[in-house]
Amino acid sequence: MDRIRRAFERRHGRAALIPFLNAGDPSFEASLSLFRNVLRAGADIIEIGTPYSDPLADGPVIQNSALRSLQAGFQLPHSFAIARALRQEGDHAQVLFTYVNPLLQYTPERFFRDAADAGVDGVIVPDLPLEESGAVREVADAHGIALIPLMAPTSGEARIQAIAESARGFIYCVSSLGVTGERAQMSNRVQSLVATARRYSPLPVAVGFGVSTAAQAREIAGYADGVIVGSAFIRRIEQCLVNAPMELSTLSQCVYDFAQELAVAMQQATRPETMEIRNGEGNQR
Amino acid sequence: MTNETTTYPDSFGRFGPFGGRYVPETLMSALHQLEADYRRLTRDPGFQRELQHYLRTYSGRPTPLYFAERLSEKLGGARIYLKREDLNHTGAHKINNTLGQGLLAVHTGKKRIIAETGAGQHGVASATVAALFGLECTVFMGEEDMRRQELNVFRMRLLGAEVVPATSGTRTLKDATNEAIRHWVEHVEDTYYVIGSVVGPHPYPMIVRDFQRVIGDETIQQFLEREGRLPDTAIACVGGGSNAMGMFYPFLEHPSVQLIGTEAAGRGLHTGEHAASIAKGRPGVLHGSLTYLLQDEFGQVTPAHSISAGLDYPGIGPEHAWLHDSGRANYVPVTDEEALDAFYTLTRTEGILPALESAHAVAQAIKMAPELSRDHLIVVCLSGRGDKDVDQIASRMGGGQHGPNPTGV
Repeated sequence: MDRIRRAFERRHGRAALIPFLNAGDPSFEASLSLFRNVLRAGADIIEIGTPYSDPLADGPVIQNSALRSLQAGFQLPHSFAIARALRQEGDHAQVLFTYVNPLLQYTPERFFRDAADAGVDGVIVPDLPLEESGAVREVADAHGIALIPLMAPTSGEARIQAIAESARGFIYCVSSLGVTGERAQMSNRVQSLVATARRYSPLPVAVGFGVSTAAQAREIAGYADGVIVGSAFIRRIEQCLVNAPMELSTLSQCVYDFAQELAVAMQQATRPETMEIRNGEGNQR
Repeated sequence: MTNETTTYPDSFGRFGPFGGRYVPETLMSALHQLEADYRRLTRDPGFQRELQHYLRTYSGRPTPLYFAERLSEKLGGARIYLKREDLNHTGAHKINNTLGQGLLAVHTGKKRIIAETGAGQHGVASATVAALFGLECTVFMGEEDMRRQELNVFRMRLLGAEVVPATSGTRTLKDATNEAIRHWVEHVEDTYYVIGSVVGPHPYPMIVRDFQRVIGDETIQQFLEREGRLPDTAIACVGGGSNAMGMFYPFLEHPSVQLIGTEAAGRGLHTGEHAASIAKGRPGVLHGSLTYLLQDEFGQVTPAHSISAGLDYPGIGPEHAWLHDSGRANYVPVTDEEALDAFYTLTRTEGILPALESAHAVAQAIKMAPELSRDHLIVVCLSGRGDKDVDQIASRMGGGQHGPNPTGV
């Protein structure tokens, strides 16, 4: 959990870049290399996706990515193996993304123990809303892992407060209605969602779902503490796979280039001074 | 309704350990709102009057309780009654629920509904109430099921609904439901999602059960009138399990009545090609609720198989999971072949073509009846008519050849 806090602190009030990639897509080795490349290009936190047969919160790009990974033989322990390998190489922050069923089948006790052993700092479960999360959070806490909650534009103020009060690590604001996937325009409702979340929690607030361009990332970096980008990375991977199947160096390069482009753009974001101070305070917790 | 079982689910939407609301945060406010709207409207005499009106004058309720005399004679044991849900408007029990949820949509100011469908019966029932109430309607249907149930696809389109093929995963009911939920996440603010079975996140399993309980309520009344007592056994097929839940629920407070759900055993439980979530699954989360689920060691959902598209589903309603664990209901497997035999048998002894789904329930009655005495009363929920399956059966019979007919009827 400490590594998540430090990842945001190191940004000194600028937003953190949080790329999402699916473990095992297109293969275990290739995805390990892709995570290394986004870290090298300036990612502050990485989100390791656990492919699932029925990813309800995901659009077609991440669905297809999960399918490629599962067809290449992915199994849940591979997520831990990737986290463990990356942890041996650095003290970056890393979080796992998984749907609730694989977590329940593995059992929360074993899941969080293995995650902690592998050097995972946080876990995001998109189909585990506040009402269902109590027992899972207890186990996560016991293993020092942050159960990172999601908030949506449809979450009313009372829900936002309740979610914020039980949040760990950071708060994940869903930018717009719908599943993951690139969107030409970001909903302006997310900015007020971020503001409301801040009223109830000192934790960093990141925005994800739909971020597709460096310009959008820069814009979000103007008001949020973190920008999560998934489908836009995976679409680039997909294109590379079509053009040069399994050519790892090409894949790595295109992922590296896009991560760097995002990192540079976010560096240029202008943020109100007050936000920076407030953010610094929050991270004292 | 003081019985403890009948007051489930609890405020978290739990039937024992099963049920709940495992959905993206974006949907949570809508689910809370739906629950509040439902609880308010269901107590509203005006809403109830309107629903009763449509059930009676539009769908043709009450549906008959028919004594299948020739079938009973042939089997030479228990007397078998059929609850004729196939005689509802649109040919299945599904309309009980879509009329209820369609009115919920209207009364909560929604102009548009979406639905998932397997065999197409729920899709047709949804498209029908959309036409009736002047709502826009989009139905998600697995590409594979669209092929198996071409006639129902055409019916939905005639009724003015848009039918969207689900092309992910196994291209059947599971994936159609995924697509419907994904669509709902995006359009949750102006769209009502009409779930077709006792599945999905709370409050849907409760709402669908409540709208389907009319099946069991009528059955009890009709048995009391005809036989002066309750049946000994009630049998219904279970995919998600809405006709079974509708039949079983009013019987929960009558422990003398044995409740049997038939799961689709497909090509056989040993083959892996089946849809028997209770026999072969273990508790897991699908479509927002914790229930018995066909899955691998690491929780990836495994494909289901059944000859009937409506039972081709790797999960089951959470209340059924609870009735199984508590021992109140028994769930038994019925194979594709057994269901087909039952289809032929019922067709030729009684002149009734059952839906392939309902044929799974008929098959269980055929298995049991000879071992029982004439005093034993069985009621089978004949949930739908078989017209939609005629093409599929014709192609299986190889264009006019006689099908298997081992019962010799």
